[in-house]
Amino acid sequence: MAKDQSSTIKEIITEFGNDRHRLMDIALKVQSQLGYISEDNMEAIAQTLGIPLVEVRDMVSFYSFLPREKEGKNVIHLCNAVVEKMHGMDLVAKAFEKNLDIPFGSTTEDKKITLKYTPCMGMSDQPPSALINCIPVTKICPEDVPGIIEDIIKGSKYSCEKRASSIPAAQVETNLMKEGEVIFSPMERGAAVRSAAIRTPDEVIDEITSSGLRGRGGAGFPTGMKWGFCRKAKGDDHYIICNADEGEPGTFKDRVILTEAPDLLFEGMTVAGYALGAKEGLLYLRGEYAYLLGYLEQILESRRHLGLLGKNIVAKEGFDFDIRIQLGAGAYICGEESSLIESLEGKRGAPRHRPPFPVTDGYMHQPTSVNNVETLCCAARVLEKGADWFKQLGTKDSTGTKALSVSGDCKHPGVYEIELGIAINDLLEMVGTDHPQAVQIGGPSGNCVAPKDFGRKICFEDIATGGSVIVFGKKRNLLEIVKEFTEFFNDESCGWCTPCRAGTTIILKMLDKILEGRGSMQDLEMLKKVGNTIKTMSRCGLGQSAANPILTTLQNFRNLYEDLCKTDEYIPPFDYEKAISVGVEIAGRDPVEEEE
Amino acid sequence: MDKIAIIIDGKEVEAKAGQTIMETAIAAGIYIPHLCYQEELAPGGHCRVCTVLVNGRPQSSCTHPAAEGMVIDNDTPELLEERRRIIEMLFVEGNHICPFCEKQGNCELQALAYRFGMIVPTLPYLHRKIEVDATHPDVFIDRNRCVLCGRCIRASRDVDGKNVFGFEGRGPQKSIALNTKGALSDTQLDAADKAASICPTGSIVVKRVGYAIPYGKRKFDKEPIGSEIEKAK
Ligand SMILES: Cc1cc2nc3c(=O)[nH]c(=O)nc-3n(C[C@H](O)[C@H](O)[C@H](O)COP(=O)(O)O)c2cc1C
Repeated sequence: MAKDQSSTIKEIITEFGNDRHRLMDIALKVQSQLGYISEDNMEAIAQTLGIPLVEVRDMVSFYSFLPREKEGKNVIHLCNAVVEKMHGMDLVAKAFEKNLDIPFGSTTEDKKITLKYTPCMGMSDQPPSALINCIPVTKICPEDVPGIIEDIIKGSKYSCEKRASSIPAAQVETNLMKEGEVIFSPMERGAAVRSAAIRTPDEVIDEITSSGLRGRGGAGFPTGMKWGFCRKAKGDDHYIICNADEGEPGTFKDRVILTEAPDLLFEGMTVAGYALGAKEGLLYLRGEYAYLLGYLEQILESRRHLGLLGKNIVAKEGFDFDIRIQLGAGAYICGEESSLIESLEGKRGAPRHRPPFPVTDGYMHQPTSVNNVETLCCAARVLEKGADWFKQLGTKDSTGTKALSVSGDCKHPGVYEIELGIAINDLLEMVGTDHPQAVQIGGPSGNCVAPKDFGRKICFEDIATGGSVIVFGKKRNLLEIVKEFTEFFNDESCGWCTPCRAGTTIILKMLDKILEGRGSMQDLEMLKKVGNTIKTMSRCGLGQSAANPILTTLQNFRNLYEDLCKTDEYIPPFDYEKAISVGVEIAGRDPVEEEE
Repeated sequence: MDKIAIIIDGKEVEAKAGQTIMETAIAAGIYIPHLCYQEELAPGGHCRVCTVLVNGRPQSSCTHPAAEGMVIDNDTPELLEERRRIIEMLFVEGNHICPFCEKQGNCELQALAYRFGMIVPTLPYLHRKIEVDATHPDVFIDRNRCVLCGRCIRASRDVDGKNVFGFEGRGPQKSIALNTKGALSDTQLDAADKAASICPTGSIVVKRVGYAIPYGKRKFDKEPIGSEIEKAK
């Protein structure tokens, strides 16, 4: 391999302190400087770090944004999520293919441009969207495509100056449609941190517990209890990790929080640091949001200048805490907290065995609390305004507000901060819909809700959600959407365990048979059984919800399936005539049928 | 507390501190069907065949520590059905050639299928195209018959101290990778390594010994898988 390549790799590894745990940063930097991570590059990384090649291969091969094959100088990742397809993504894809004369998944002959697809990149409120050399470009029309290509080839950054926005990359709209009292209301920098610092860490945790705050990442675990477990657990260090991996299709509320309320988030992390006795906080930012990195770093820097990060925060002796941002590299599973920790340690994002849980054995095997972006913002607000103030919002078991990402067939897609307990109907009215056939609450891993249930409430005691709400109008083909969602889980499965890895591939095949009109009622029964096997036998939350698109529609929209299954009889999985056609041709005669 | 009392299928058994449910069960002569678990290796939790209900919640018994008062369901018709389906998933995911595989009769996957009463496949085959690597003079790896249990990886790393194998890719693309830019013959694998003989199926096989014991006289031809555990008590 070229000498300069291996010396570049050595320099990069030195920059990250020859630390094997920083393999994610090392790999990302090798990729950005050398264009891809070749076999030779992997070998150089392994040798320099003194680890087996197979360990580097194991890690690199896991992430979508760490290609091992040489790509074009420019890479276009067009988002092919369901909502993007609902808004003309296919036409945009065709325009790219026609203008460059290559199909998706390949590179132009002059090696200038590579076309690739990527799953939901957190822009469902402004589809169709793409990452062009890591910068999001949204609301692309087919007519924009020639201009985009021209700009890229000229080497200038494609930009769409028409759009005014307060956020860093001018191409992304904010679409904050409803500002609530907790997340998106004005704040005073340092107020929450100061309020924490005049209490003991235990008092801070008591305040959080008394607020009733529950995790906003989806599972709804009581935050005060999590912090309490973590604080009490013995370890050399404690860590607070902010989960900004936001990968559930249809979710983008963390993107809006990160752009509109980053200070509130960092307050929350600092409060948590104080409460847990952590000196270091880590923010795991999904690779798709790399465009926010510079902006967030700036805010961290200004907080250091204000004495809100660093040593002796708010002039309190011994209150030392700082935050590092870790970029991800395109893997939905890294939103699962133990996978996220593995990824932070420079490994493939495979979930860990649980127990032990992160609160006792997390990052670097130290007690760690992993919390969602929004949870940490709520925590800051609880310290600033008090648990009693927080508790009067929402319902008894779901206190506070929730930021919802609403997309799909609605007039005003965007982020809505509403009080927990809102009825689906009321939400639909707010976002402007026309008698939708279904609403997907909680993304593909959640529930496909039928109109008869639109009176149900969004909260932990009824329908819980991490924030994704996708509206499907009357004309949408729901079963095609179910298939796309299932494909998403199949692609994003880490592959660790059988039911998730093999099971999702198998149910896709079964679903295809039904969608092609070759299914029978027997296939529906089997589909449900296999779906339940995946749900009960899988190792982590991804597998446990991977069959939800199928299972929830089998329950709520069974008629759609039954319409496609004309018989109760067994239908073989293959077409008999077709299967024997080659043999018939070679033999030159029809098969001999057994006489009745 | 040193001794831990747990209940498996209504029977009270005693666990030692630090033992998993699987280890506790084996010591008590209770067979919890398993595939990726191998007593000499750290547990992997990959195959999920050993899933039991711990106080009503599914958990893999090879990784889950026993704790005082746990009530465990193992031998139930529902779990049998789920386990059978998982074994069947592995059969259709790969390309298994039982009738002429040299591992037949000694194959744990095949033996589990027999024990669970898997008679005909009810799931669609995936028909994946997979290459065989027979470059090594003494061992071959045929990923068609691989169940991604990771035993070879753990054995090579933890017992042989060599790291010959690892995982690569994710989801349906996941496969066993090698610690080399080349083929199996370029690795440090030796036929005497634990990793060369620990494969539960015919995926990693030592050459030239396959048919030394004839069909019909092999391990699982004589008695079903799990019998050795059940008989031990
Ligand atoms: C497949 C999968 C993906 C997840 N993705 C996210 C995510 O993007 N953001 C998030 O905060 N939590 C996600 N979670 C939940 C986390 O595991 C964890 O529960 C959460 O970060 C805890 O924070 P909280 O208590 O503040 O909600 C995911 C879980 C699973 C199983």
